[in-house]
Amino acid sequence: MNARNELPIQPDSVTTQRNYVGQSVPRTGAKKLLEGRGTYLDDIRLPRLVHVVYFRSPHAHARIKHLDLSQARKQPGVVAVFDGHDVAQFCTPWVGVLGHLKGIRSAPQYAIAPERACWQGEAVAAIVAQTRRQAEDALDHVVADWDVLPAVTDMQASLDGKVVIHPELGDNKCFNRALVTEGFEDAFSKADVVVEKVYEFSRHTGVTNEPRGILADYNPADNMLTVYQGTQAPNMMQDIFSRHLNIPESNVRVICKDVGGSFGIKVHVYADEMATAAISVMLKRPVKFAADRIESFLTDIHAREHKVKIKLACTQQGDIIAFDMVDLTGIGPYSVYPRTSGIEGNQVVNLTGGPYKHKHYKAQLDVVFTNKNVTCQYRAVGHPIAMAVTEGIVDEAARKIGMDPADFRRRNLIADDAYPYTFPSGVKFEKLSHHQCLDKLMALMDYPELRKEQQALRAKGVYRGIGLAAMIEVTNPSPAFYGVGGARISAQDGATIRLDPAGMVNVLVSVTEQGQGTEAIFTQIAATAVGVKVENVRVITGDTAVTPYGGGTWASRGAGIGGEAVLQAGKVLRSHILDVAAAILKIDVATLDLVNGVVIDKLTGTEHMPISEVGRVAYFRPDTLPMDFQSELTVTRHYTPREYGFTFTNGIQASYVEVDTETGFVTLLKHWCVEDCGTVINPMLVDEQIRGGIVQGIGGAMFEECIYSEEGQLLNGSMADYLVPMAGEMPDMIIAHVQTPTKTSELGAKGAGEAGTAGAPGAVMNAINDALAPLNANVSVQPFTPQRVLAALGKI
Amino acid sequence: MSDRCMHAQFTVNGESVDAQVPVRMHLVDYLRDEMGLTGSHLGCEHGVCGACQVMVDGQVVRGCLTLAVQADGKNIQTIEGLTENRELQQLQAAFLKHNAFQCGFCSAGMLLTALDITRHHKHASRDEIKELISGNYCRCTGYQAIVDAIEFVLHTNLSSSSTQSGVKA
Repeated sequence: MNARNELPIQPDSVTTQRNYVGQSVPRTGAKKLLEGRGTYLDDIRLPRLVHVVYFRSPHAHARIKHLDLSQARKQPGVVAVFDGHDVAQFCTPWVGVLGHLKGIRSAPQYAIAPERACWQGEAVAAIVAQTRRQAEDALDHVVADWDVLPAVTDMQASLDGKVVIHPELGDNKCFNRALVTEGFEDAFSKADVVVEKVYEFSRHTGVTNEPRGILADYNPADNMLTVYQGTQAPNMMQDIFSRHLNIPESNVRVICKDVGGSFGIKVHVYADEMATAAISVMLKRPVKFAADRIESFLTDIHAREHKVKIKLACTQQGDIIAFDMVDLTGIGPYSVYPRTSGIEGNQVVNLTGGPYKHKHYKAQLDVVFTNKNVTCQYRAVGHPIAMAVTEGIVDEAARKIGMDPADFRRRNLIADDAYPYTFPSGVKFEKLSHHQCLDKLMALMDYPELRKEQQALRAKGVYRGIGLAAMIEVTNPSPAFYGVGGARISAQDGATIRLDPAGMVNVLVSVTEQGQGTEAIFTQIAATAVGVKVENVRVITGDTAVTPYGGGTWASRGAGIGGEAVLQAGKVLRSHILDVAAAILKIDVATLDLVNGVVIDKLTGTEHMPISEVGRVAYFRPDTLPMDFQSELTVTRHYTPREYGFTFTNGIQASYVEVDTETGFVTLLKHWCVEDCGTVINPMLVDEQIRGGIVQGIGGAMFEECIYSEEGQLLNGSMADYLVPMAGEMPDMIIAHVQTPTKTSELGAKGAGEAGTAGAPGAVMNAINDALAPLNANVSVQPFTPQRVLAALGKI
Repeated sequence: MSDRCMHAQFTVNGESVDAQVPVRMHLVDYLRDEMGLTGSHLGCEHGVCGACQVMVDGQVVRGCLTLAVQADGKNIQTIEGLTENRELQQLQAAFLKHNAFQCGFCSAGMLLTALDITRHHKHASRDEIKELISGNYCRCTGYQAIVDAIEFVLHTNLSSSSTQSGVKA
């Protein structure tokens, strides 16, 4: 036991400063995570809790001929068994389409498939038992007889449509988009040089360290559903549970405690999670579902299965005239609800060629259904593909005309004084800093010296390569992302900020914490706006019954949107605190300032009173204040970006690699990233988040691949077979910033969460191909495994 | 499958356990489900990610690959116990200072590996630290901050021990 005086009653770090924004303050409130005292989903236990597990289809496409759950029902500890028809009585199906993705189609998806499984791993029955062990034991007693149907696993075969997955749709086409700028063909035909290449991307997945999970607790007495869920969008889920379980929205409360990583994996509607909520309603008791790792591989959304043919046309002098891009992507049997599986391909169309100043662009996108797991938005949605194909073909063009790739980029990047700028795909850039970033990168990596080193080593038979990848990133999305398409997903976020009597500032924010340090930066912003120390701020997120209504955490929106709401609320609270102080002191409020939690005289700095005194008087002795004065020490403010569809950011990455031409192994020697996320609130947090993003991008480029057989069987559903980046293979990463604050908000922050992932695959690919160039070899299929490198070298 | 039990006696964070333990139950499940020690996490349940790590007689083991009955006669320490007795204090402070974690799900396991490094690899280089933590999966950071934090602690310990012994660092 602790001695009384050892308990951390008082915060141990004491900081005194006026402006925490821009400071590398260690995360407040995160110490619990280092002490094993976090509360992740599976850590939560409630009275009468039962556990559900799912019986999943072993086939990629099969009709249920006969499903017998009677023996499973008799197993020890089993409380209930359900099939798809049972659960459908309580949970209506959904269709993942959006109005602004014209023509997008999907088929109704059920919480538990009642008649037909469309991918290996789709749940067709639920077993509920006292313990998870008992429920899993009972799974062995489910008897299922299947009529196996032909599976469509190849994207091109799906497009050709000889076998149609959803007969009512007529073919396997989910969504398509075509775009061509006026005068494209004419401009393209006049180019001196045209380079063309096909790039392929293997589907991979998020592999959050904490698997998905949900604990649903229905209380029939007040028709109230409380859902504990590791989610990025509590209000979105509140709406969805309400509509599909037919419970009033205000009777659904979604609580998100600590989350063990999300990256877009935990922002979607999963059938098994909907079924768990429905089963809680059916059983009128708390029910928990915690996915295990094989379930994660089979059912967490996958992403990025694309085949892209891209052409670049330029002049002999190296001026890019046009890009021509054709993308085919396979998304599994359903478009995922409610964000759809059309967005990723749509982003590839929007972003390809993004950093450059060409005027002409042609794009064709086909999104097709397949009998593999569903795909949807995963960190940096579409960016890693758009950036890799753009930067790959840019390097090809530079090589063809014999120009250094850095010079080629400098010649073609949009000028820093050209903003606001409308890109040929139609997206608008407020203000980017490509040239500043490129210059900074060149200096940071000492590019000329590195080229010399590369040449010197090449003479010795060592094949090293340098790869560059310029990038743009979608952040701070406006309602244009989902709201205009009819999705009930808030683009607005809110902050409620309150002075408590003891002088603590409480902040409730609708943006959630997934581990990035969101709560820590809100603490910094609130402390700065109000004028208190960070240790006097508490931030609460992730509870729809408590926090303001908002969008949550996705598309790099937390800092830029949630942060602005906190700033505006904090500023108003500051002025309200000073109003109370002025009323107490009976002096002009204009003479007062609030610094480090103390009301002072603005000119002399003389201390008048701590804010705890303001709190004491306002709450307990308002009788001493003037009759016409009412204190308001709770303030709510909201923020929605509306001026631009997205607040784009930009940056550039570089990778330095060595290729062993005998084994095909690639060693990542070093990695650089210069990026511009506007106002940097906490450099330490931003830098490591970018590093984490780079590593996730490297994962997709080098290791990660969900390998399916032709029959639609996942062949590597374990972490022993599906490789993720571990520390040993990772390079040191040098991060630097250019800061171009967005003028759409006072805070000026843009998003930073996805930049690393967006640019890293392209940089690594270009580095490998730079190393292989003297051997006339080239890789274009991710991940770049030793096998693929050796194949490119003609050695296998 | 039956829940056949075996008698086992062991200590967990100094607390004696004398119990009938299901023979098929893994150590991390016993700690989490039977003792409420939820600081050790289930990430992959097949020994790759390291989120479930605990100390058994001072050795770091995967709690998901160790059966609870194998704890018989052993001394088990978890993140909770090693926090309470302050053995991790220096590393925890370094992890916070260097932002060597984000979601924190891997941190219990990562800190135990780090503790083992400070005990048995006091002179580890940066590259060696990278190798030594390569059995612990972190999806959030780029691992660099974790390496920074561990390196910082090793340097601090080396310079303080050399100061104490009068040897110049």
